[in-house]
Amino acid sequence: MVLLIDLSGLSDALELLSLSPPGWGSNLLRGLVHSLQIAFGAFGMGLVIGLFGAYGKLYGGPITRDLLAIYTTVIRAVPELVLILILYYVGTDLINKASQAMGYGRVEISGVIAGIWVLGIVQGAYATEVLRGAIKAVPPGQIEAARAFGMPTLTLMRRVTIPAMMGFATPGLANLWLIATKDTALLAIVGFNELTLETRQAASSTRAYFTFFLAAGALYLIVTLGSGVVFGRIEKWARRGQPSLRGGGR
Amino acid sequence: MPSDPAPEDAPAIQLIDLHKHFGELEVLKGVSVEARKGDVVAIIGGSGSGKSTLLRCTNFLETPSAGRVVVDGEEVRVRADGSPADRRQIERIRSRLGMVFQSFNLWTHRTLLENVTEVPVHVLGVSRDKASEQALVLLDRVGLRDKADTYPAYLSGGQQQRAAIARALAVEPSVMLFDEPTSALDPELVGEVLRVIRDLADEGRTMLLVTHEMKFAREVASEVIYLYEGRIEEKGPPDQLFSDPRSERLKQFLQSIH
Ligand SMILES: Nc1ncnc2c1ncn2[C@@H]1O[C@H](COP(=O)(O)OP(=O)(O)OP(=O)(O)O)[C@@H](O)[C@H]1O
Ligand SMILES: [Mg+2]
Repeated sequence: MVLLIDLSGLSDALELLSLSPPGWGSNLLRGLVHSLQIAFGAFGMGLVIGLFGAYGKLYGGPITRDLLAIYTTVIRAVPELVLILILYYVGTDLINKASQAMGYGRVEISGVIAGIWVLGIVQGAYATEVLRGAIKAVPPGQIEAARAFGMPTLTLMRRVTIPAMMGFATPGLANLWLIATKDTALLAIVGFNELTLETRQAASSTRAYFTFFLAAGALYLIVTLGSGVVFGRIEKWARRGQPSLRGGGR
Repeated sequence: MPSDPAPEDAPAIQLIDLHKHFGELEVLKGVSVEARKGDVVAIIGGSGSGKSTLLRCTNFLETPSAGRVVVDGEEVRVRADGSPADRRQIERIRSRLGMVFQSFNLWTHRTLLENVTEVPVHVLGVSRDKASEQALVLLDRVGLRDKADTYPAYLSGGQQQRAAIARALAVEPSVMLFDEPTSALDPELVGEVLRVIRDLADEGRTMLLVTHEMKFAREVASEVIYLYEGRIEEKGPPDQLFSDPRSERLKQFLQSIH
């Protein structure tokens, strides 16, 4: 008897999650794709900001360093949810003001772009610190050797510093990527149809809260596990040439 | 590109009246060194006498406070504060000075082959194929051809230092700069590195060689310079300097290390 209920429950759930209507599966997947797009874009933007930020903090003048210190401190001190609200409303407001001032009407801002922008700024602050630490961990002798052979600054960054710091940076960056995927859920609050919002809509339309949130949880988990594998590979590659502490192969 | 065309018979390197201070501390107090093509100038002296600083001022890893550096007849142009005035010029001159460090400083994320081809390919613009071919010859020469695809961390100190010498040779340097190339090595590994350096000296490479290996300096050097507290206390041909030192300080120094 119990088994029967369970089975019928399962088949109901499968129906609800099916990819074709009336199932909501495709909505969930669309939400996931949006989430991943935003996470990917924000992570990339964070890396770029982080690289400039780290170099600015290490080698910049006093003003650059102060500005960067304010940026990383503020971003890391304020809860992300609040930051998202601020950056989103301030950002869209500014853009609209600017466009109206230039004589255009209100502009429609793509959810994905806005999401990338907002989370990218948050990610950039953390990436700045991760990369700064990693750059500092590069043995100075390796940079000095490159300078001694006349390597120009940009080549040195590209050929020596960045590859040499990757091994130190990957664990921190892997964390940042996972935070990025999960922070996309916070964008539900400003109405982006990323995975969490799609899930909530599906759940409230069908009252099948448990089914949908469990499914969403499973999707986030799959993303995390997949990322673990990818970053494992990246770390192994980045740490080439460094014998592992456990010893063994090259 | 060289703006001052090198006179044919110009010395390979001239350091003229170099001064260097770190804040209050005056480390070099007017040191002049000249090496003609094929000269091996050994620089000896106690700890803190300024040997490394002298070598590092040669390629502007440290900015000399005053003085001139001339490589193959081309003088490094400097600003009023002593720093290189022309980034391209100093990079070009640096790439002609193959430096070998006490602690090897190989790039750990690159194989030995990649370490040796790095500067030719990415600084000098040599094609990758040509650079690899040349790198294998150089690795062979220092006895590491079979380790070409190995990362430095898997090698002994002696092997790493020999690879670092191959890396310096790959730029076809006008002058090689050695800063105590064997000081970080276990005693049993010193010989293999000195053998390579001796070969280079024998084939007429120009070198400035900072070393604590007095016997070796005596054998390979054409001139020995004894630095004491940032000044040249005594210099001369090795036989004279080691068997008949004039300065009291050099006598003491030579006694202290035997
Ligand atoms: N970057 C620096 N800042 C401040 N002081 C320095 C710096 N580099 C070297 N010195 C000082 O300059 C002096 C000479 O140092 P240097 O490394 O040239 O000596 P050395 O002759 O190479 O000694 P050793 O045989 O121990 O290598 C030392 O007193 C050292 O503490
Ligand atoms: Mg020294």
